[in-house]
Amino acid sequence: MSVPASLRSSVSTAVALLLLAALALVPLAAEVFEDPFLLTLFTRIVILALAAVSLNLILGYGGLVSFGHAAFIGVGGYSIGILAKHGMYAAWIQWPVALLMSALFSLLIGLLSLRTRGIFFIMITLALSQLVYYLANGAYAYGGDDGLTILKRTDFGGLINLSHRPSFYYLCWALLVLSLFLTHRLVNSRFGMVLRGAKSNDRRMAAIGFPVLRYRLTAFVIAGTVCGLAGALLATHTDFISPAMIHWTRSGDMIVMVVLGGMGSLFGPLFGAVSFLALEEILSSYTEYWKLVFGPLLVLVVLFARGGIDGALGRGHGGILLGIIGGFFLLHGVHLVYGDDWAIPGALLLGCVALVGLVHWLRRHAKSGDKP
Amino acid sequence: MSGQPVLRVRELVKRFGGLLATDSVSLDILPGEVHAIIGPNGAGKTTLIGQLIGELKPDAGSVEFLGRDITALPVHARSHLGLARSFQITSIFLDFTALENVVLAVQAHDGHSFRFWQKAMDDAALLQPARAALEQVGLGHRADIPANALSHGEHRQLELAMALATKPQLLLLDEPMAGMGPEDSARMVEMLRGLKGKVSILLIEHDMEAVFALADRITVLVYGRAIATDTPDAIRRNPQVRQAYLGEEAPVA
Amino acid sequence: MTLLIFEQFLNGLQIGLLLFLLAAGLTLVFGIMDMVNLAHGSLYMMGAYFAAVFVQWTDSFVLGAILALPAGMLLGVATEYVALRSLYARDHLDQVLATFGLILFFNELARLIFGAGGMAIELPALLAGQIEILPGLPYPTYRFAIIAAGLLCAGFLFLLVQKTRLGMLIRAGASNREMVGALGVDIKLLFTLVFGLGSALAALAGLMAGPISTVQIGMGDNVLILCFVVIVIGGLGSIRGAFVAAVLVGVLETMGRAFLPNILGSFLNPSEAGTLAQALSSMLVYILMAGVLVLRPAGLFPAPGR
Repeated sequence: MSVPASLRSSVSTAVALLLLAALALVPLAAEVFEDPFLLTLFTRIVILALAAVSLNLILGYGGLVSFGHAAFIGVGGYSIGILAKHGMYAAWIQWPVALLMSALFSLLIGLLSLRTRGIFFIMITLALSQLVYYLANGAYAYGGDDGLTILKRTDFGGLINLSHRPSFYYLCWALLVLSLFLTHRLVNSRFGMVLRGAKSNDRRMAAIGFPVLRYRLTAFVIAGTVCGLAGALLATHTDFISPAMIHWTRSGDMIVMVVLGGMGSLFGPLFGAVSFLALEEILSSYTEYWKLVFGPLLVLVVLFARGGIDGALGRGHGGILLGIIGGFFLLHGVHLVYGDDWAIPGALLLGCVALVGLVHWLRRHAKSGDKP
Repeated sequence: MSGQPVLRVRELVKRFGGLLATDSVSLDILPGEVHAIIGPNGAGKTTLIGQLIGELKPDAGSVEFLGRDITALPVHARSHLGLARSFQITSIFLDFTALENVVLAVQAHDGHSFRFWQKAMDDAALLQPARAALEQVGLGHRADIPANALSHGEHRQLELAMALATKPQLLLLDEPMAGMGPEDSARMVEMLRGLKGKVSILLIEHDMEAVFALADRITVLVYGRAIATDTPDAIRRNPQVRQAYLGEEAPVA
Repeated sequence: MTLLIFEQFLNGLQIGLLLFLLAAGLTLVFGIMDMVNLAHGSLYMMGAYFAAVFVQWTDSFVLGAILALPAGMLLGVATEYVALRSLYARDHLDQVLATFGLILFFNELARLIFGAGGMAIELPALLAGQIEILPGLPYPTYRFAIIAAGLLCAGFLFLLVQKTRLGMLIRAGASNREMVGALGVDIKLLFTLVFGLGSALAALAGLMAGPISTVQIGMGDNVLILCFVVIVIGGLGSIRGAFVAAVLVGVLETMGRAFLPNILGSFLNPSEAGTLAQALSSMLVYILMAGVLVLRPAGLFPAPGR
């Protein structure tokens, strides 16, 4: 049942490249189907995928369960929002400030939290991100807990018009692709070796002569800065900043994306962000209480499918995965066409059958020793 | 077997609560010698090595390495001076291949690792010494196997390769034969014999046959005290040692 | 002025004691099982909802509270049995994710069953009034009752942990898990017991907090983080640390909220002072945590052997 490592990564790469290509066509599709919401949804997906890529660097490759990543979304977003409020829209001010502030915050949080490990590290990153949350909450001059509307988008001096939605989308898409490429270089470099080695066995890393802390801190700052960029994009996308974007449950969502997609694999966060947000969109169109399904689904994924989507692709389960996704969209289509009369109960029933099937299948594989 | 000691330990003391785990131990390791530390379970061998490597802070005393006081240095800094260790419990990077494991060890001693662009596994400056170290311990043909697929004996060999790859002046080997069958043990003894004279070795080992076959000098540790340091033959004859240690377990002699 | 300070101190103590009830259970679960349980806040919320429903149903505060406690404990034990038990051996990330999933589930479940609007718990006449605890200082009876109950619980917990066999195992488990297993203790049972105890305490905190703050979805989410702060300050697995830190955090936050505006107002203009004071007083406890971390990374009362 095992697939050679080279093939495994090539399947994943092929799917990821197809997905990226498909994402590049979204503005076109939005135009053809005259559905502007499609573009809005996918702009959000691409931005959060960028954030997930940054988290994957420390969580997936570094093994650091940082539960405060949303703080950097906030720092990046608020940098843009606050500067805009003071009438500074120029990109050459807004973006460097956003990146610098995110780097600074991640340096501070990293310095405090990286000295600890295990449960302590999780709790401290959580608490420190909550500190940023309260900072935003208390910033009355910038809207307090109501948030702040950004009246005008970043001005790139005619280079690119961010108010033109497809242009903005392609900027985000390009940054996502760039971040993936840079991550690829980074994790295979000497620096990446140290980062991954420390995840595997940090005591041994010290014994063979690595001062692990400074490498981890560097990775933490890189991840925080990239996430700050995603925050700046998110604030631009919604033309709005508020403490809600920093709340710790947002950090939880980001961890879910990374793990759902497959930790420590290059394209995992991409798969994760796309499927998380698509799932949210679709589930919530059936029922207001979609998290009632999503929560336990998460528990099941953790218990039975550790490798996430990337892992499933690698083990040659891409077909089953596709089947599940296809079935989902089929049901979704039935629901859209026939309306609410019978589709909801029917869909829920079928969904349950699919879920039971999934669990059964995962159990079987867990038993036959084909653990992820 | 002369000249300045590689490692000079003076009056080292470590307490855990009321327990005196290291009781003013003094020790010299000479260039090129294989120096074994033996002692019954709970004699404080692991505590002693922890202080030599820098994971534990002694309460008193000093550790000098190549004439330099390293008592206050952290683990990684000692490693850079040429102090390498292998772990009692196999401690390698299971997610990495054998070669990647050793590459990491080489990399640790090849300047800083804030290099973000060039692929590490294409870097001849890392690969060449790493492959050489693997060959040295007889794992050359297993270079591309993930470490978690290697056997226990191979893990111990890999440990040694990683320690060697850091080009150490002194190797601290914490029970390198632990959990090995007789065949693997014999192979390890051969390997260590091959290293003799090239690098100083501090060996902590339960396998008395191996210790007496390899060691130039032996220090006997009982309840945290070094009760004797001498050649294997003299240790065998030492009445104090026989009573305190060999008398209890009576293995060789 | 002294009276005012004393009153604010009592308010802080009351918040601190509620925090303690939550953090005590959590720190035991963290310390003994080395398990991250984010769903602890959900147990607090469910406890409050149970109380609200039972009080409405029985039309009696006391009866409602008595019913809510075992209900919360049962829910906790059931959660442990169904979902958490298989997570002990997993790494922290798995625990974080699965219990995060549980939070989503419980929040949504509460919304489905109890509605999105939130509920209030009506106080009985006996507790609704004020009593004069010092000459010239009337104080809400209910808050006073919380302080009394909180101290009582703290005392009970101390006795339990310090004097009983279960407590001995709990303390041993916090400093060395393998040893407890080696002693031939049924670890699974011990874990379930500790978890049940923690859930009951969380439910108790929830039902006590219910009448002062509305019972609503997500009420446990922010409190959970405060509990983390308490545990980090107090030291993982230490009941004594949790107590000291919880009271410290409660008092500091209340005092900050009450007096910072005045203090800052004396050298800033009022609107600026108000803004700054508000932000500062929310952040005060986190700053305290950061300070403790720098000076004592293992917390004020680290469990021995860690």
